[in-house]
This record gives sequence, C-alpha cells and structure tokens, in this order.
Amino acid sequence: MLVLREPMRVALALITTMMSLGALYGFMGVHFIAAFQVLIYVGAVMVFMVFVIMLLEVREAPGNKRYSGLLVPGGVIFTMMLGVLGISVWRAMGSNSTTAPATSDAFGLTQFSTVFLRDYWLQFELTTVLLVAAIVAALAVIKVHRRASGEGSNG
Amino acid sequence: MDKHQLLLWLSIALFSMGLLGVVIRRNALVMLMCMELMLNGVNLSLVTFMNQNGQAAGGVLVFLVFVVATAEIAIAIPMVLLLVKQKRTLDVDAYSDLKG
Repeated sequence: MLVLREPMRVALALITTMMSLGALYGFMGVHFIAAFQVLIYVGAVMVFMVFVIMLLEVREAPGNKRYSGLLVPGGVIFTMMLGVLGISVWRAMGSNSTTAPATSDAFGLTQFSTVFLRDYWLQFELTTVLLVAAIVAALAVIKVHRRASGEGSNG
Repeated sequence: MDKHQLLLWLSIALFSMGLLGVVIRRNALVMLMCMELMLNGVNLSLVTFMNQNGQAAGGVLVFLVFVVATAEIAIAIPMVLLLVKQKRTLDVDAYSDLKG
C-alpha cells in the first residue's frame, strides 16, 4: 500500500487486508465481528472507495513524485513507534502470558447483543446522532458546492 | 510465543503502516485508505484484548469504530470529490492554499 502508485491497486490491497482480518476474526471465534468486517468495511466502505476511484479517473503526471517531503521524518517516526510499542507489548505480555483462555461461548452474538443493548444503550443511541450529523454534513457540503457553482454559472 | 502477543504486534504494524502512509503519500484517496488501515489495526487490538479478557465490551467498541469509519468516509469522499472538481488533481500539495 505504501509503494503502489495507482489508487485502485492500493484499494485492492486494502480489500485483501480487510478480508484477511475478517478471516482472522473468524479463526479467533468472534464470528459476528468477522461478519461486520466483511459486510461493512469490504461491502460498504471499500466498494464506495472503488466507485470513487473509478469515477474520478484522474491521471497523475508520469514525472509526479509519489511521496511528500516528509518521507524521512515519517520513516523515523514509523521505526520509533514500531520499536517502542513492540517492546512494550513484549514486556507486558511476556510477564503474564499465563492468562486463562477465555471460553468460546463468551463471544456469541446473543451475549454481545445483550451486553450491547443493556449496558451500552446510551452509546448506541449516540451513534445514531453521529450518523445523522454525518448525513447532514455531507448534504451541506454538496449544497454549498451547488450554490457556489450556480452563482459561478450565472455570473 | 503467545498468540495474543503476535496479534498485538500485527495490529501495531497495521497502525504504524497506516500512519506512515498518511504522512508520506500525496494522493488524497490513498491517504484516506491508509486511515482505514489505522482503524483496522485498532480494531484488531480491541478484538485481541476482548479475546484475552473474555469481556464483550471490546466488541461494543469495535462496533463504534465501524460506525465512526463509515461516517468518516461519508464525509471525506464528498470533500475529495469537490476538491478534485476544483483543480482536477488528487495531489494534496496542490491544495496547500487552503491553509489561508
């Protein structure tokens, strides 16, 4: 994903990553999250993204640079973050790696739904507020552009 | 080596690669996709912790991350479309005059 030039290839690589993560979730026993991953991410978000890539069809100039000027600082930050987080995980998980394996029936859809709608109902409702705000914002963005282009054509 | 440790390392690698992509790439759509990769890394770590502790709260958080990712894409894609309509390029350096 970091070295591919065409956005469509990046999108296909990301779809492959998401499908693999869905398979990983399935192997871990959290089947509903695997289903969410495939349905929402691959089925909705990435299809939307591929649509936009096909719709735009902006060709980059052949001599265009692929990377911004932040390549070296970004690489340094990437290495440092990988090192620090990896070492912290190594220390934290190496000491108490004898945690009891969780029972597989703890991740069923029934238990998840019960906890979700009994203990976390407020967050669920706030999610609907967020989605409504997102829809209104998207409509506002489009409307502002329509008004601006209408004025441009009139003037 | 522990299974959870490997999964956490994978999630760290996904998050770091996404962050690196957002920082170094210039294509706006590729930057958006790298943000999705970061969210996927966070999701993997949440599922790993949920699997380790046996609590369903991590699943709730994963669900919320799904919703946030969807809302983010729903906002970001129209903005990218409008920007491309202005200047006919996906290069974010061309929009540096938006800084004001």
